[in-house]
Amino acid sequence: MRASYIKDSTRSGLCRIFLVVLWSAVAAASEPAAPALSPTNIFAPASTPAKSILGVSYFVLAVTGAIFVVVFTLLVYSVVKFRRRSNDDGREPPQVYGSNQVELAWTVIPVLIVVALFMATARVIVDIQKAAQPANAIEVTAIGHQFWWEYRYPALGVVTANELHVPVSDVDHPTPTFIQLLSADTDHSFWVPRLAGKTDLIPNHPNSTWIDPHETGLFLGQCAQYCGTQHALMLLRVYVQSRADFDRWIEQQRQPAAAANAVSEGQRIFETTACINCHKVAGTVANGRFGPDLTHLMSRDTIAAGAALNTPENLRLWILKPDAIKPGSLMPAMQLNDHDLDALTAYLETLR
Amino acid sequence: MSTDAIALPRTEAAERPFVDALHGWVTTVDHKRLGILYIVYAVIFLVIGGIEATIMRIQLIRPLNNFVSPQVFNRLFTLHGTTMIFFVAMPMVFGFANYLIPLMIGARDMAFPRLNAFSFWLMAFGGFLLYFSMIGANGLYGAGNAPDVGWFAYAPLTARTFSVGHSTDFWTLSLLISGFGSIGTAVNIVTTVLCMRCPGMSLGKMPLLAWLNLVMAWMVILVVSPLTAAQVMLLIDRYLGGHFFDTQAGGSAVLWMHFFWIFGHPEVYVLVIPAFAFMSEIIPVFSRKAIFGYPVMVGATIAIGFVSMSVWAHHMFTVGMGPAANTFFVLSTMAVGVPTGIKIFNWLATMWGGKILFKTPMLFAIAFLFQFLIAGLTGIMLSCAPFDWQLTASYFVVAHFHYVIVGGIIFGIFAAFYYWYPKMSGRMYNETLGRWHFWLFLIGFHLTFDFMHIPGLLGMPRRIYTYEPGRGWDTWNLIVTVGVAFQAVGTLVFVFNLVWSYFRGKLAGSDPWDAWTLEWSTTSPPPDYNFAVIPEIKSRRPLWDLKHPNDPDWKYE
Repeated sequence: MRASYIKDSTRSGLCRIFLVVLWSAVAAASEPAAPALSPTNIFAPASTPAKSILGVSYFVLAVTGAIFVVVFTLLVYSVVKFRRRSNDDGREPPQVYGSNQVELAWTVIPVLIVVALFMATARVIVDIQKAAQPANAIEVTAIGHQFWWEYRYPALGVVTANELHVPVSDVDHPTPTFIQLLSADTDHSFWVPRLAGKTDLIPNHPNSTWIDPHETGLFLGQCAQYCGTQHALMLLRVYVQSRADFDRWIEQQRQPAAAANAVSEGQRIFETTACINCHKVAGTVANGRFGPDLTHLMSRDTIAAGAALNTPENLRLWILKPDAIKPGSLMPAMQLNDHDLDALTAYLETLR
Repeated sequence: MSTDAIALPRTEAAERPFVDALHGWVTTVDHKRLGILYIVYAVIFLVIGGIEATIMRIQLIRPLNNFVSPQVFNRLFTLHGTTMIFFVAMPMVFGFANYLIPLMIGARDMAFPRLNAFSFWLMAFGGFLLYFSMIGANGLYGAGNAPDVGWFAYAPLTARTFSVGHSTDFWTLSLLISGFGSIGTAVNIVTTVLCMRCPGMSLGKMPLLAWLNLVMAWMVILVVSPLTAAQVMLLIDRYLGGHFFDTQAGGSAVLWMHFFWIFGHPEVYVLVIPAFAFMSEIIPVFSRKAIFGYPVMVGATIAIGFVSMSVWAHHMFTVGMGPAANTFFVLSTMAVGVPTGIKIFNWLATMWGGKILFKTPMLFAIAFLFQFLIAGLTGIMLSCAPFDWQLTASYFVVAHFHYVIVGGIIFGIFAAFYYWYPKMSGRMYNETLGRWHFWLFLIGFHLTFDFMHIPGLLGMPRRIYTYEPGRGWDTWNLIVTVGVAFQAVGTLVFVFNLVWSYFRGKLAGSDPWDAWTLEWSTTSPPPDYNFAVIPEIKSRRPLWDLKHPNDPDWKYE
């Protein structure tokens, strides 16, 4: 039995190593400088819903951590203490069939723990889901498509795609953004970990969520509900701006499309091919709804729902061969010759 | 007692032609042979599902990898999930139940031997259909062939608009047919346990394995039925113009989620309760003590059975159910942790004061306790709905349920393999290889699934075929993939051990573990009729009574 004992002690040693590693990982993840670890770290909240979630999460982690330490200690203790010794006399140990007192104790204590966890959880659920929408809130409708995001600001008359712009919210004078979530096709899920937990976009089943980012900057996320072939590259970008910058952005988005004199050839190609079946450019004949609105395409940093930077080369490649950037996306390859492709790209480059 | 078997001429002599032997296996209605068929079938699919997982992990080993296309990746995770749940875990559980229950309750076979065979072949056909989709489901251009809708196949992705071709139909029919097989087996188990017990074995004197499988079988009847109904509804949607889940015509995607998870969540317990059953047999024998608190163990299992029926919508905290429904499912989900906790404490109390012998089954059992503890605690984290809004559909939840299914259920099944292998084959497995398997698999498991929690906390969603650098996910994914190699080698050692020991292992004898339940009173492997004389028992541990005539259990129970 000697060999068994040696191996057993290695085992608990290994467990301890795993624990230490896990613990340091969690500790590292919860450092204040956590965004450096990942731009989508749930331990680095920057908005009220994400902060309340993290608060209750720490409570749950503490309780479950304590339970783990207690039960793990008992397990290691019984494995080490009650191992069969090498000098065992071969007799059976005393047979114990149970104990009502002990079993009652380890029923009642978990019940009390559950009650405490439940109360803490219920409070946060109500805080987040029942939050009233203030009069000055920004209203956005987010519509999930295979595999991109459409954002509409109904009160402001703005329609854009993939890059959501919202104003920063002062903790004392909050200007939150309330987002209605709709889907045009399959299920999607809106998840920007530093701003809020995820909420699904389900066809025929309008949902809503809200955020009030406390700092400016770019917040990343992505679709979190499997929605088809290119679920992986349905990325989310939320630009949190100062109120002045946000107002300027809105003003710019409300402008009609840039008049395209010098590049009218590209515009002609755009308007005489299948492009206009899916895309809209405000003020022209192009009024498709299936794909992203391109009226202010050049005001966006990325194309293909964040899959590529918005450079002329990427744009050209995207029109020529979408599968090279995002295989399985619903954008068809346009089968244009080099000349037409250049002209079309040049036209799109004017849509500022 | 029935220790002496009747000497009948062995019918399967060595010179029997292969075709005859094959015919014997295909037409058998013997619960032991069907049990072994289930188990072998499950091991084959375990290897297939493992290969699928390995390919996925290679794809995710670094950002922007191009090992497989998104289409292939989506098919892989759909097949992996469906295979592992329906064609590995379920048949494995049914195989052991089939093999062990009649032996442990002193019966000669299951209540309905022909239904038993029918159920197995239905399930086998279901698995065959799923994989036949790779050849048979070629649909319209670009439709792919294997199913690619995910193992819970959320509507409306399964509607014909989004899932052209026939891959989804193969998936649906596969689960529909194997579901009938599961229900048949469950009815058989319930009837066998209730009607076929040997004289003296009241319900309160049944081995815990029989009790727990009784609860499992009831749950299968109750939860596989709604899944089967949902599959029929989906077929009606796809071919008969129904609109249950067809959101474009006013159907409800959320309705499918309810149907799926009223099956899907209790299913976890359907699989883990038999693993609990293995623990409840193995831990006492290797601690040399009676199970601590038998009545409470039975009560806790029944409580889990009931409460787990009311927790399903915790899979749906993000679908917009509103605070009232969310709060209810938080409470019910947390509540199911209480009877589960009781079980862990009772196993610990069984070990407490014992003389623990670290044979391979017990090593897997101890690892089960450790890992199931962690799985339960991450489950509590997920039951906290706000925390779940961050964690669900991320790699954290993937790590959590693999902790339950691999760290719990598969470790439990491995323990059962080593514990009952001598009974099933008549030969001992190789202890050294068993330990190699244990340590390789343990290291691999922890490398993979401990570290898989972290990218989830850092915002990595599940079911993505690739990810960009700069998200802080790269290192973790590398470690996770490295762990797979250890698990794969461990599994190969395991399969090799099973095959090698079958031919070269030492003869086991009837009772190699000095155990206490009835299956160890007959020969290894047991004769076709199990017991020459149907045993009569007076306590929960009939062989203890036999071995300790001066200190029998029935004086204390």
